[in-house]
Amino acid sequence: MPKIVVQIDHCKGCGMCIDACPQKCIEEDSDVLNKLGYHPAKYKGEGCIGCGICFYTCPEPDAIIVYKKDEVA
Amino acid sequence: MAKELIKGNEAIIKGALLAGAECFFGYPITPASEVAHAAAFYFPAIGRTFLQAESEIASIQMCYGAASAGVRCMTASSGPGVSLKQEGVSYSAGSELPIVIADIMRGGPGLGNIAPEQSDYNQVVKGGGHGNYKCIVVAPNCGQEMCDLTILAFELADKYRTPVYLLADGFIGQMMEPVEFPEPMTIDQSHKAEWAIMGNTETVRNLITSIYLEPEELEDHNRKLQRKYAEIEKNEIRYEEYKTEDAEIILTGYGIVSRVLKSTVDALRKEGVKAGLFRPITLFPFPKAKFAEMAEKVDNILVAELSNGQMVDDVRLAIDCAKAKVHFYGRMGGVVPTVAEMVEKVNEIVKG
Amino acid sequence: MAKDILRKPGGFMDTFVYKPGHDKKNTHYCPGCGHGILHKLIAEALEDLGVADRTIMISPVGCSVFVYYYFATGNIQVAHGRAPAVATGLKRANPDSIVISYQGDGDLAAIGGNNILQAANRGENITVFFVNNAIYGMTGGQMAPTTLVGQKTMTSPYGRSVENEGHPIKIVELLNALESPAYLERTTLEDSKNIAKTRKAVRKAIQCQIDGKGFSLVEVLAMCPSQWRVSPVESKKWITDNMVPYFTPGVKRDVIDEREGYYPERPEIGSETILELLGLRKEKLFRDRSMSDVPEKYRNPQIKVAGFGGQGVLLLGQTLAEAGMRYGWNVSWIPSYGPEMRGGTANCQVNISEGPIGSPVVDFPTILVALNKPSLDKFEESVQPGGIIFYNTSMIDRKPARTDVEVIGVPFSEIADELGNLRFANMVVVGSILAKTKLIEMDIVKDALAEVIHHKKFIEPNIVAIERGASAV
Repeated sequence: MPKIVVQIDHCKGCGMCIDACPQKCIEEDSDVLNKLGYHPAKYKGEGCIGCGICFYTCPEPDAIIVYKKDEVA
Repeated sequence: MAKELIKGNEAIIKGALLAGAECFFGYPITPASEVAHAAAFYFPAIGRTFLQAESEIASIQMCYGAASAGVRCMTASSGPGVSLKQEGVSYSAGSELPIVIADIMRGGPGLGNIAPEQSDYNQVVKGGGHGNYKCIVVAPNCGQEMCDLTILAFELADKYRTPVYLLADGFIGQMMEPVEFPEPMTIDQSHKAEWAIMGNTETVRNLITSIYLEPEELEDHNRKLQRKYAEIEKNEIRYEEYKTEDAEIILTGYGIVSRVLKSTVDALRKEGVKAGLFRPITLFPFPKAKFAEMAEKVDNILVAELSNGQMVDDVRLAIDCAKAKVHFYGRMGGVVPTVAEMVEKVNEIVKG
Repeated sequence: MAKDILRKPGGFMDTFVYKPGHDKKNTHYCPGCGHGILHKLIAEALEDLGVADRTIMISPVGCSVFVYYYFATGNIQVAHGRAPAVATGLKRANPDSIVISYQGDGDLAAIGGNNILQAANRGENITVFFVNNAIYGMTGGQMAPTTLVGQKTMTSPYGRSVENEGHPIKIVELLNALESPAYLERTTLEDSKNIAKTRKAVRKAIQCQIDGKGFSLVEVLAMCPSQWRVSPVESKKWITDNMVPYFTPGVKRDVIDEREGYYPERPEIGSETILELLGLRKEKLFRDRSMSDVPEKYRNPQIKVAGFGGQGVLLLGQTLAEAGMRYGWNVSWIPSYGPEMRGGTANCQVNISEGPIGSPVVDFPTILVALNKPSLDKFEESVQPGGIIFYNTSMIDRKPARTDVEVIGVPFSEIADELGNLRFANMVVVGSILAKTKLIEMDIVKDALAEVIHHKKFIEPNIVAIERGASAV
């Protein structure tokens, strides 16, 4: 299954990916305060279709990794 | 090689090309335009780059780019144009880029006129732009030196990674004299791969910058620059002496003035006045120690300039309260003093 | 080729080594900043096009001043607005490199307005990414040339007004008025569809340069949530609502396919050819000679030649200096220059000397050539006692008054006129000088002529003029 991985400490919590995700499968992780001082984005764990929109919407180089196919991370 | 009767402004360009200059970026201004004319003719003729920029501001920035790419490059201008270039010169000094800038001085301030003055001394020798930097400044006084010192300027620029000025006046630029040109030099620029960005794998991690955000870092960078300037002061002072050994009065000046002073020395010697000429060839580094030494031996030093007295400040600082009295004689607006005028001035001092 | 994994593109440095502090992995940009999105698109394109190693990224002044932290390319930081000029220098010096100028709206459209205009007009083969967020970010939210009408900033606290600041500048439309650019497009980062368009435009602009097609610029409408004082998500809508209606997205120019790629070549030229092309390998007649066979009073002359502009005064002096040099003597030539140029008279000063020449300025000539009356009036008194005055009786209706100098009157202009061209008068003078002074021999002066006269067809008639001048004294 496609999936995304949010690299927690590279996320500035801007919410662009959450807003852009057509599947609405990303949310803000209000339980976590990362090293940068933000609530990072979090993959809900299902629903990703591997479209990559979150990746291109994300302004940070290394905050989101998208696995389009069923991959071992 | 056979001598050429050639204008100083043109000798700069032939010298530059023989020294391996790859790019010339310029903007027209009298009395420096012939430098651009010659560059426009000869650079493309041998497969190199001439480009007339949109402004003096752009021409020095094009040099900033070309120097960063690791090639020898130059620009030329005169007073008002040099004022505009100061932004780029400061950045080039900060980023430690070898660039040669010819300044064929004219009259100022403002639009002034196109006649020869030496009133760019302060803006060229003292930095001119913002920040703690200096440029090497070489000051030719004849056609041959317009060629030779241009070549030297490229060598020093590369050696110290710093902008170098060739500071001449309209007179030296317009004058034709015989010049003997050297053979074309093969310049190995591969050592520049250490810092330049040449668009290849070897240099892809290099960075050209003048920004150091942390105060301590910027201070370190500035200290490094000051060490470089100290090194330049130690190694690169150049000057000419003429009949100074037994002189009782030293006449000093650079560029066209030094030529007038040389004839003045001869005229005075005929009258029995023991005069000598000391001509700084490098204005930075300034021959301070030499002035200090002379100031212990003679009673009077006469500084002559085509300005309101700019180099004279350096002479005064150099002699630092030594025995000699420093006098100044300046003409402005494009007036070059005659030999007779200088003889009279010296006689006033020595017979005072 | 579509990738199976999307992750930090190879066009980025793995670790941002130039970035100060501990965090070497994240950008310095605010959350939701458009720069970050564009950076990613560029980094990806550089990797996919395989050109990162030969790319040079230019960091401007503004929020993107630290572009050099991020890209795995050669990096150069430059002065405010000057990136297109620096890019020109980089590209001209090394046409094989890929030069990318990354600029913000203050940098490109305000202080660097002329630099971008001229680089575009030259058709520099460079790629420009122009980030338009309608505000100055780094300096604290001041008005940009692209700030929208009514938009409040620190320096337009009552809103930009047309009366005071005019309308926002539309850069791509402005540049589209020029013939040279190959590709101009405006895109936006407002949503994923437009980000995809931007991604395509970024690639196209870089490819344009790789293919040698010339100037390309992509204006990207980008969000600045911090200075717009909206949330990152709201900033997308801010673009849609405020910027897009005025700054219409779209391809404004695309002539890429109509053009042949141009790759300037730098020929290898050998030393001999360089010397020839610089004019330093000409056959010239030189002859070692002392002035001992020249009558003493004519040795080491200090010459002043004066007349109307157009009488060939400068060339006359140059011919004498060139000829004098051929004997190994020191010579100098100065054109009238500075204050003396006033009043329509031209003069030049020539020294020919066996010894070194100190001052090249001839205040007191030993030889004065006066081709018109004002020149004689002006300089007669300055001639050294024992000197010589050649004056043009065709145009001067009085004899020089001096009795302590030699005076030679010749109708130089009339002789020239007889020879068919008044412009030969100067060479008639040369003939008279060399006949009188024995300073220069005929074969040397003829050879010198070939050097100072550029049109070969004029050499022969000038020689005739010299010969006539010689027989006139």
